Amino acid sequence: MAKHGNRLKLLAMLLLGGFIGVIITLLLAPRSGKETRAQLKEKGLRLARRQDNKNTHLKRVSNWGNYPEVQVEFYEFEDVETLRRLLLQSDKVIPRGNGRCYGDSALAPRVISSLRYNKFLAFDKEKGILRCQAGVLLSEILEVVVPAGWFLSATPGTKLITVGGAIASNVHGKSQHKTGNFCDYVLELELMLGDGAIVKCSPHENAELFWTTCGGMGLTGYILNATLQLRPVETAYIRQESIKAKNLDHLMDLFEESEHWTYSVAWIDCLSKGKQMGRGKLWRGEHATLADLKTAAQRRNPLKIKPALKLNIPITFPDFALNQWTVKLFNMLLYWKEPARPVKSIVDYNKFFYPLDEIANWNRIYGRRGFTQYQFILPKEKSRAGLKHILEKIAEKGMGSFLAVLKLYGEQKGYLPFAMDGYALALDFPIKPGLFEFLDELDEIVLAYGGRLYLSKDVRMKQPMFMQSYPNVEHFIENLKSFNHGAKFRSFQSDRVGITG
Amino acid sequence: MKQLLILGATSDIARALAYKYAGQSYNLTLAARNSDRLAELASDLEIRHQVKVERVEFDALDFGSHAAFYERLSPKPDLVACVFGYLGDQKKAQTDFEEAKKIIDSNYTGAVSILNIIANDFERRKAGTIIGISSVAGDRGRGSNYLYGSAKAAFSAYLSGLRNRLAKANVHVLTVKPGFVRTKMTANVPLPGPVTAKPEQVANDVFKADRARKHQIYTLWMWQYLMLIIRLIPEPIFKRLNL
Repeated sequence: MAKHGNRLKLLAMLLLGGFIGVIITLLLAPRSGKETRAQLKEKGLRLARRQDNKNTHLKRVSNWGNYPEVQVEFYEFEDVETLRRLLLQSDKVIPRGNGRCYGDSALAPRVISSLRYNKFLAFDKEKGILRCQAGVLLSEILEVVVPAGWFLSATPGTKLITVGGAIASNVHGKSQHKTGNFCDYVLELELMLGDGAIVKCSPHENAELFWTTCGGMGLTGYILNATLQLRPVETAYIRQESIKAKNLDHLMDLFEESEHWTYSVAWIDCLSKGKQMGRGKLWRGEHATLADLKTAAQRRNPLKIKPALKLNIPITFPDFALNQWTVKLFNMLLYWKEPARPVKSIVDYNKFFYPLDEIANWNRIYGRRGFTQYQFILPKEKSRAGLKHILEKIAEKGMGSFLAVLKLYGEQKGYLPFAMDGYALALDFPIKPGLFEFLDELDEIVLAYGGRLYLSKDVRMKQPMFMQSYPNVEHFIENLKSFNHGAKFRSFQSDRVGITG
Repeated sequence: MKQLLILGATSDIARALAYKYAGQSYNLTLAARNSDRLAELASDLEIRHQVKVERVEFDALDFGSHAAFYERLSPKPDLVACVFGYLGDQKKAQTDFEEAKKIIDSNYTGAVSILNIIANDFERRKAGTIIGISSVAGDRGRGSNYLYGSAKAAFSAYLSGLRNRLAKANVHVLTVKPGFVRTKMTANVPLPGPVTAKPEQVANDVFKADRARKHQIYTLWMWQYLMLIIRLIPEPIFKRLNL
């Protein structure tokens, strides 16, 4: 039997060999050796030339909004020596993390990604202090620290961002009104300046550099690593309440009576008009204690949760998929499916904080042209009037936003703070003709009420709007002059709004 | 928990192996010429996977140090992955014997020196697994890199002999022949996508083959067939090709 098999194998091999031989002979046969050699040489040269012209680092890059998409020189690094070399030979460069800013904050002629500079350096499980390199994702941190009974002290609505990006944008989340921003829990960080020097800074050491870097949009230098203070948790679950609000006033009352809750956020239906204008739903939550847990399975493994079911949007939707009518339908369904009374539940942290992370590539629903998020904040005392004014404007234009998220904020440290005592509303708009003109009109309303826009979501704000709405911008620019020599670190955004331009 | 010793731990394939095995709860000993360069890798593996990671200095070319190196290791490994190697400069090696010798020593002599010591220990303990990262380049000598290829060919033959010898002692030997792999070394070389592996794919294949106690694998899998074809090209034609 075996012998038979061997013979078959031999036969097959002979046939295969013969076949290849014939092909090669046929290819080479009708020419003299000289011709063949000349042809091969020419082909080789052509390939070599193509290789020379091809800069393998050129890449088309866009951030989460898929707009704009630009060709940039894109670099990665794993060690500081490589980064230093790259920085020394760069003149217009911006650090980039996971590309979850919406617009052009992390785009420049040269982009250096931190994604491969992503090592955990130390984790003190007793004190909840974690030190890691800038490219580590918040999702990776949670995987490591939650089983040990710790959680991020401040987290945004996506965990798919890097530590470096979180610091550069000084991100905020559902707890901002109580616990502040991400950088309030950065005990220390290391930064590589444009000249390749590595500098340590913290609220106590080089504090000016520290607070210029926190929320400084990557313009002071390259954040290398950070030490984070975590918050202790008993479980990986959140005790949640959701309450339906019949209009904007009702919703804002709910926010104000929920101020003592650690987490709060609301969704609003921004196409509803008249008496129902601003109807929506508020979620508030606290980290669940062991006693809060309901099921035996949860109590057995309070710090472990089931991996979330991963969905994916596999294709980019056609541009017309999201229009006034589909958005209206979606918002109506979301509103009516909810009972009028408050609903209490225990949900895992992924469901509460990061519901959209479970749908990979959800930005594709906005079509090929991409989308932007218009996130603005208004001072608390003017919020009711200002929000109504803006919602009326949106409903009137039929510029429905698929997602509209409202939240109450407190003050924020740093020189480019987005947050203030007040309400912020985030609206997603697909890019289409007329949109930017419309947003310019909204800018004027926001400015008139003393508000401002969030840089990490912005892609189109004009210089006067930025300069007038950010109170400490001159101090920031002054500091940049001493830290960012020759404006080496700059983005298309920082040029556009006049920080580096 | 089992202990895996990785020789040549700074390469991309070695790192990928370290993450794969740490993810399966193996403790690791990472050995490289400069163990300081392994500090971040070691802390990362320990924090992500809750395993113990040792760092040790190891120079594959310092043959005389190998016995003492293995003597000092504590704990002793249950598995060893021999990953170090050196592609070298073929052109230079054709005229400069020092370069040729470095290629041969880094890919073959150094491996023989350390694996002899480990094989004897495993044989005595009647347990253990030796994983050798060889290369498809050893399957047939090509004009553009036959010095590297011949050293890897020798290494492959060494591993097959070792397997034959140690089978009686319940020691397993796995020969791994990667094709193109996208690593730091090849970062700027255009490699044909469909037949180019990521280091993580190589590590997955190695782990699976180790579990299944396979003797030899190609990674990616299609390299087995590509190399079959290349081996079958008759010499009169092969010698004229620009490979």
